[in-house]
Amino acid sequence: MNNEYLIEVENLKQYFPIKTGFFKTTPLKAVDGVSFKIKPGETLGLVGESGCGKTTVGRSILRLYEPTDGVVKYNGEIITASNMQEYRKHMQMVFQDPYSSLNPRMTVEDIIGEPLDVHKLYENKAQRREKILSLMELVGLNAEHATRYAHEFSGGQRQRIGIARALAVDPKFIVCDEAVSALDVSIQAQVINMFEDLQQKLGVAYLFIAHDLLVVRHISNRIAVMYLGRIVEVGDADDVYEHPQHPYTESLLSAVPIPDPIQAKENKRIVLSGDVPSPMNMPTGCAFRTRCRYATERCATECPSLLDRGNGHEVACFNR
Amino acid sequence: MSEEYILQVKDLHTSFFTDSGEVKAVNGVNFNLAPGKILGIVGESGSGKSVTAYSIMQILADTGRITSGQVLYKGQDLTKFDKKQMHGFRGKCCSIIFQDPMTSLNPVYSIGNQLVEAIMLHTDKDKKAAKARAIEMLELVGVNEPQKRVKQYPHELSGGMRQRVMIAMALACEPDILIADEPTTALDVTIQAQILELMQELQKKLGMAIIMVTHDLGVIASMCDEIIVMYGGRVCERGTAEDIFYRPAHEYTKGLLRSIPKADGSKERLVPIAGNPINLLNLPKGCAFCARCDEAMKICLDEVPPQVQMPDGHYSSCWLAYKKNLDERGEAGVVE
Repeated sequence: MNNEYLIEVENLKQYFPIKTGFFKTTPLKAVDGVSFKIKPGETLGLVGESGCGKTTVGRSILRLYEPTDGVVKYNGEIITASNMQEYRKHMQMVFQDPYSSLNPRMTVEDIIGEPLDVHKLYENKAQRREKILSLMELVGLNAEHATRYAHEFSGGQRQRIGIARALAVDPKFIVCDEAVSALDVSIQAQVINMFEDLQQKLGVAYLFIAHDLLVVRHISNRIAVMYLGRIVEVGDADDVYEHPQHPYTESLLSAVPIPDPIQAKENKRIVLSGDVPSPMNMPTGCAFRTRCRYATERCATECPSLLDRGNGHEVACFNR
Repeated sequence: MSEEYILQVKDLHTSFFTDSGEVKAVNGVNFNLAPGKILGIVGESGSGKSVTAYSIMQILADTGRITSGQVLYKGQDLTKFDKKQMHGFRGKCCSIIFQDPMTSLNPVYSIGNQLVEAIMLHTDKDKKAAKARAIEMLELVGVNEPQKRVKQYPHELSGGMRQRVMIAMALACEPDILIADEPTTALDVTIQAQILELMQELQKKLGMAIIMVTHDLGVIASMCDEIIVMYGGRVCERGTAEDIFYRPAHEYTKGLLRSIPKADGSKERLVPIAGNPINLLNLPKGCAFCARCDEAMKICLDEVPPQVQMPDGHYSSCWLAYKKNLDERGEAGVVE
């Protein structure tokens, strides 16, 4: 079946029960009704501050958590808990921390080979080895590294191992959860370039989750901005950065430190007052209203939904 | 000459003596800090930027030692100070705030308790006056309801609030120098903007000098009067923000600037620095960066480049800059 969209997420909800008393549990609404679509070979950047639920979105799509509600479709077909195993061949993940996401007791060969073993993607040992070596070459590792252990590598090289592991099953969609955040600037650029090269070569789509807004803009076609479990703005990357509509996006982008002295001095920061409210105790109506300059009475009672403002630029705000 | 600068670091060498050998974390760092100025130290992990800061405060881990060099505070050499003298220097003359505000506050004491302790240690205020000062400081750093906050414990505060408390504590005894070691790295961008704004505001109000240690080129671009770029425990380049960002004269600085995405959103391909960070256990004989440098020459492998002054007045430690000066001006402009 051929679909326009590779991944469709509809009204995804992920609540975690938190014990708040002896017999009482309160749901923590980590993700509260998120919908988006990703085309084949496209990169959607997902940005937001810590605790906004961006990592949870990535994990729920791959059913590392069982979603509370909502539908995830791959190529138009609904993924359920029972057929997820099959879809893991098409959807993979690269994690943030290259230190804790690789098993220290396995050699590089076994780490990259594990997905091949799980999905039985080879006929004999020689074929397995050949596949592993070609994957290592793809991500810029030497064949002689195959018998080494993860601790013998630097952060950047470990992240390459993690990427090779994700690519082993030949996926069409990869969730990159802060995949370059733990790396030094010079190494980060190497890995970003590699992500771009792999996309051109293999046509994979990425959900690129990160908090570094300059990196996300660089790599993404489209960008979704999250605040407290909801998407507040989504659109073409340049459109969102040049003409942010939602007041949260506006202040988030103005707070980005610009690596250019003259531009940085001209930049007028819109400094938000206060902190992010606790997701255990969310404000009624629009979640952002407690820090918003434009908040009105309506914001306290109703929750705005995403509305298209042209060119697929969707914004969830009454006042803009 | 020494009155002109509040802090002078001269040929500082710091090493850690580990089981696998001597790790030379800082190898001959020089800089001067004028009163009321903001100095940025930028570099990647392992460049020696934090160790330089810790060496000034002498708060190195047990295995670490300043092996040679001088740290002059108002003309006095801190490396000759005994324990008691250093105790008087820390907090009162120079304070430090760290990256992670959670681990640098004591979880079993209230905020007020910790602030009062710091104030009473360095001034002759009694407990009541110290508490009043603590509340005054919290108000200064923008903590709302300071009367109530002094009774709270670190876990009851958000990351941004904790960092504000750390700043309040650092500034409570009115030091001349504030060292900020990656003060906003653990914070979200909007909170980072709040803290940076606060630091600049306080700097104007109180007039202390700040040493800002960070890996984020964006953070230092707008804040600093002078910037030092470090690699492999050495200073590569020293100059104003404009010098560093618009006229970089060291291959490493150029490489760093090419590897960050542009703020204007151009999708130009990034140019990463090839290779991996340097191993401080095994420093090369010549320039620390030569193994990753595209322009490396034979001399780079054999000899450490001297610091030369560029025509626009800023300093670079690169043989290419040396050669360029020699070709264009007939003199290398070596400064020691």
